[in-house]
Amino acid sequence: MGVILKAENISKQYRLGLVGTGTLSHDLNRFWYRIRGKQDPYLKIGAANDRSAAATENYVWALRDINFEVQRGEVLGIIGKNGAGKSTLLKILSKVTSPTTGVIKTKGRIASLLEVGTGFHPELTGRENIYLNGAILGMSKAEISAKEEEIVAFSGCQMYIDTPVKRYSSGMRVRLAFAVAAHLEPDILVIDEVLAVGDAEFQKKAIGKMQDISKTDGRTVLFVSHNMAAVKNLCTRVIVLEHGMVSFEGQTEEAVDVYLQGQQFKEPIDLLSRTDRLGNGNILFSQVRFINENGHVVTDVVSGRPITIELELKKIRPVNYAKFFVGVAFLDKTQQKTVSFLSDEMGTDFTFAETTDVIRLVIPNLYLRAETYSITLQLSDDGAKRSGFVDLIEHAATLNVLGGDIWEVGNVNRSGNFAIFPGTFQ
Amino acid sequence: MSDDKWLYEISSKKKLFDLNFKELWRYRDLLFLFVKRDITTVYKQTILGPLWYFIQPLFTAVVFTLIFNNLGSIQTGGVPPFLFNLAGITAWNYFKECLTKTSSTFTTNQGIFGKVYFPRVIMPMSVTISNLLKFGIQLLILISFYIYYHMSGVAIAPNSYLFLFPVYVLMMALLGLGLGMIISAFTTKYRDLNVVIGFAVSLLMYLSAVPYPVSEARSKFPDYVANLVEYNPLTQIIEGFRFMVLGTGTFTWFGFAYTLLICCFLFFVGLIIFNRTEKNFIDTV
Repeated sequence: MGVILKAENISKQYRLGLVGTGTLSHDLNRFWYRIRGKQDPYLKIGAANDRSAAATENYVWALRDINFEVQRGEVLGIIGKNGAGKSTLLKILSKVTSPTTGVIKTKGRIASLLEVGTGFHPELTGRENIYLNGAILGMSKAEISAKEEEIVAFSGCQMYIDTPVKRYSSGMRVRLAFAVAAHLEPDILVIDEVLAVGDAEFQKKAIGKMQDISKTDGRTVLFVSHNMAAVKNLCTRVIVLEHGMVSFEGQTEEAVDVYLQGQQFKEPIDLLSRTDRLGNGNILFSQVRFINENGHVVTDVVSGRPITIELELKKIRPVNYAKFFVGVAFLDKTQQKTVSFLSDEMGTDFTFAETTDVIRLVIPNLYLRAETYSITLQLSDDGAKRSGFVDLIEHAATLNVLGGDIWEVGNVNRSGNFAIFPGTFQ
Repeated sequence: MSDDKWLYEISSKKKLFDLNFKELWRYRDLLFLFVKRDITTVYKQTILGPLWYFIQPLFTAVVFTLIFNNLGSIQTGGVPPFLFNLAGITAWNYFKECLTKTSSTFTTNQGIFGKVYFPRVIMPMSVTISNLLKFGIQLLILISFYIYYHMSGVAIAPNSYLFLFPVYVLMMALLGLGLGMIISAFTTKYRDLNVVIGFAVSLLMYLSAVPYPVSEARSKFPDYVANLVEYNPLTQIIEGFRFMVLGTGTFTWFGFAYTLLICCFLFFVGLIIFNRTEKNFIDTV
């Protein structure tokens, strides 16, 4: 064991706005300070990295005073919202850019995988690209030759290996690229979200390979992802980044909870203000309400009890009500779909929606265990097809399911992100 | 655990000369793979393929002969004007290719540079090496015309200075690479230079005695222009190249020495500036 990598006071400053007007004058000013042996004047200023706040200064700190240590053989997860500074940190670790201040010390060679297939040339064959990509990632020709067969086998592209990569499907390209990367042998491997590609079978293979890398080979991995299930699966310790600073550092379970708490919405009942929606906008979801058995608007429901989800619509332009489609999905904390109600498979005829602005989803018993679920809403006027998207809002609302007593025996049922429904042992 | 056990550090501090030769050596395979990639992919999906390498210098030499020698009556000292022009253009093309291709290193490769680290200097180096192939092909044309003229009785012969030929190629490469790296470092922030390079290179050709010998420049240009032409290191290279191949023009050991010195100097300056830029260019490009 022992520390293999140590980050001390890492900060990274970026300039807001365009590089152009004022760039030269700032550069000259910097130069003037430097030749007089003074500190860069623009380092004293700069706003914290809060994407939604109004820009008040010309400079922003994408990262500010990041300190951490990584033990040999550890799989360290780095999580955070979009724009929290994860990618910047990875870029610094992989030497693509250098920090504005601070220093990272390491005792091993770092190889980074910020993207699969970097440097693939479409005209070259799969085999030639294995060599090129491997060399770009820091392998020597001899190292690649020794592993060539293994790489080809892992990618599962034997048949196409001597065909130019431009004829590959995108999935095959990713498989080949990941196969090369997985056979790197650096002391420290830095990985960014590469698991978000490929089919389920390949993702499983990829996660398995990464576990091998850390557990069997004892190599150190730094892993950045939004996929909480993958983080929980792989990481031994997690750092949570928020606004460019470390907001939490500790055990995986705890860190994932901290991160997700921060991400939950505070009763986002009014949906018209949401801008992160997809669809043509002919009809908008304007409100969502949870109504309990007593007719009250609530945010919590006890597991096993009835709940009605009321969706209020704002009609902007006429749509095709004959092919009207509504989908409501419950996602757990790791963004995995737990339950979904899809009106096409339920056979719902929505012609009535032409004359009303409220659609209700009545659930007689909510057979989910205690957890916090987020609700994704989808509306379409061409069946469930993507082309017919009218409105789609991810995380439109969150619903707290509290522990219940399904079997009515006086026990509070265990919590978890999975179903619970009646049944008896006989 | 003491700090001196660290393998390496990533920080914002810049040393004046920060090139890590050990690291560069570790990535030598990458250099060859890039060269191989450039060479094998360049003809893909073209009809004439490598023929394009013949067409460009031939046409340029024909046009130069018509304009400068027939119309402008420039004397080429007993050498057939066409051959004279072809020799100049062949040498010039190699320098030009190295310069223009390396000067856009950062902007054309920002996709790959933004995702993975390897010594950035590999890129311009591979361009310079793979351009050697193109230079070789164009040299073949020159040689075939050379033989043709020789057979038809023109008194031309290479002289003993031909042994300097590899040094001249090296000088062209160093100069093109050095200037290209300097320009590429500045274009990451200021794109203006991209615009300038397009016409500056073609103007520079006229100041480098490509379509005329230095002796003509001496006798016809005003003195300050003639000096500019004569002491331009590029002129020294072009003129020296023609001298060893065709036996026309002048060669001085002094000119050779200072040109070599300038080439090496610009190459090292380019290397230093390039290395300083590679650390942060992705933020400004």
